[in-house]
Amino acid sequence: MNAIPSPSGTSLEVQLPPVISWWKRNENWLLGTIAMLVFLSFWETSVAFKWVNPLFTSAPTRILRAGIEMFADGSIYGHIAISSYEFAVGYGLALVIGVPLGILMGWYSRLNAVLEPFVSALYATPRIALLPLILIWLGIGVSSKIAIVFLGAVFPILVNTITGVRTVEADFIKVARSFGARDRQLFLTVALPSSVPLLLAGLRLGLGHALVGIVVGEMYGANEGLGYLIATAGARFQTDKVMVGIILITSAGVAMTELLRWIERRYERWRPNFRG
Amino acid sequence: MDARRVSLTRYNERTKQYLEVLRDIDLQVFEGELVTIVGPSGCGKTTFLNAVDGLVKLTAGRILVDGSQINGPGPDRAFVFQNDCLFPWRTVLRNVTYGLELQGRLPAHEMKQRGQNIIELVGLQGFAEHYPHELSGGMRQRVNIARALVMEPKLLLLDEPFAALDAQTREFMQVELLKILARAKTTALFITHQINEAVILSNRVAVFSARPARIKEIIKVDLPSTRALSLKHEAGFVEIEKHIWRLIEEEAVRPDMLAEA
Ligand SMILES: Nc1ncnc2c1ncn2[C@@H]1O[C@H](COP(=O)(O)OP(=O)(O)OP(=O)(O)O)[C@@H](O)[C@H]1O
Ligand SMILES: [Mg+2]
Repeated sequence: MNAIPSPSGTSLEVQLPPVISWWKRNENWLLGTIAMLVFLSFWETSVAFKWVNPLFTSAPTRILRAGIEMFADGSIYGHIAISSYEFAVGYGLALVIGVPLGILMGWYSRLNAVLEPFVSALYATPRIALLPLILIWLGIGVSSKIAIVFLGAVFPILVNTITGVRTVEADFIKVARSFGARDRQLFLTVALPSSVPLLLAGLRLGLGHALVGIVVGEMYGANEGLGYLIATAGARFQTDKVMVGIILITSAGVAMTELLRWIERRYERWRPNFRG
Repeated sequence: MDARRVSLTRYNERTKQYLEVLRDIDLQVFEGELVTIVGPSGCGKTTFLNAVDGLVKLTAGRILVDGSQINGPGPDRAFVFQNDCLFPWRTVLRNVTYGLELQGRLPAHEMKQRGQNIIELVGLQGFAEHYPHELSGGMRQRVNIARALVMEPKLLLLDEPFAALDAQTREFMQVELLKILARAKTTALFITHQINEAVILSNRVAVFSARPARIKEIIKVDLPSTRALSLKHEAGFVEIEKHIWRLIEEEAVRPDMLAEA
């Protein structure tokens, strides 16, 4: 960062005063944290001075208290378990079906021609709109939520994988052919690596859809899960509990997105402008 | 390499038009020889080289390498592409060993050793673990050449390999290439836009006409076989250079004359 490469290949450290260099190294997350702290204290004060009604806005300390309570009396574990289960199975299925099918559809244009109309139509449909149908078919148990998570996640994954495999640069194919690559080798050494970035982006997109699927699915037809918790607490004006549910889902979403980003960064070390 | 009455017509799928690119090309390259192809831009030089590599199908005629007719790419030929076309997700070393990897004949450590040797030969020691985007244009081009050399082909096909280099690196690479080819006893077919490059490098220069490309003339370069850059100022050299210039000039005016007619 503060290093200038010298001709011999070693680095010449540029000396900055210790405080400044410490700040420079940590600037990004420090700024974010400070902004968040300022926001939270403003929220807390506006409730404390009765500028706003806590029934509507809750307050950081109230949410914290509600959260601790729900964990202490154990009432929240069941909701977390059920939502995690639905998510894991639905998203897992989307992954093991979406990626291989996407690769096949990208690679074999005949298969793509057959399935493309279905994929496009379903990709364009807001999958949440299918929820009533799915509830009729599968009931209000976990399977309907697994189905809606699956449907939400599988199409972005599928479509991105197809695009990734199909848009391999012609020059790379020519190089591979010139060096004697067979079809299978062409696929493994050229099509697959060059489609990984799009594939990973698809996984991230699918993640967002899956989370929406869980929450809406459980709000609409379920008797357990974080979405159900948010819906019922909301109906009883238990704003603190609603907030606890939202924060749990958000944290899970952020954590998983970060995990995917981390994988992307590891894979994309070769990219120009890569920032490790 | 022996190309006999090679003709090639390309079909453009987008515009649905046929384009006659090569017409009755006869060209031989003897063992240990370096032959360059020069000709106006867009005349079909790359297409011809692709045909020799087996990447495009001929419309008529045939191409023999070592006495047998080619049918698609083979390990006896290796191509150095006009744009370097390195795989950005592979390190320099793994770009260089790509062809060997596909063949799968050598054990991993031997593949690596051969790759390292060639990387050193093209003067990139210490960069084996770099990614292509971390290299300069000249360095990338050297990787492009190394990737072909490592295959130890009988016939090396080079499509303007030095076009992206600055003048000094270019001259340096010309000398290096001659050394490398002599050491590896490799025959080469070389495309360039620079006439003095063609003359300094080759035993013979084939001048292509404007499209559809035919062989306009093949010029034998009667200069000492160990070439030095100082040759570029000698009378014999300049004479050949001027002659080729005139040939290409004739071709370059043709399209304009057609446009006015
Ligand atoms: N993939 C392709 N499909 C159809 N036509 C093509 C294709 N590639 C090249 N052509 C046409 O073939 C002709 C010859 O192209 P080629 O690349 O062989 O020229 P070139 O002599 O190598 O030119 P340059 O010196 O500029 O590299 C061009 O006029 C081009 O329009
Ligand atoms: Mg060309």
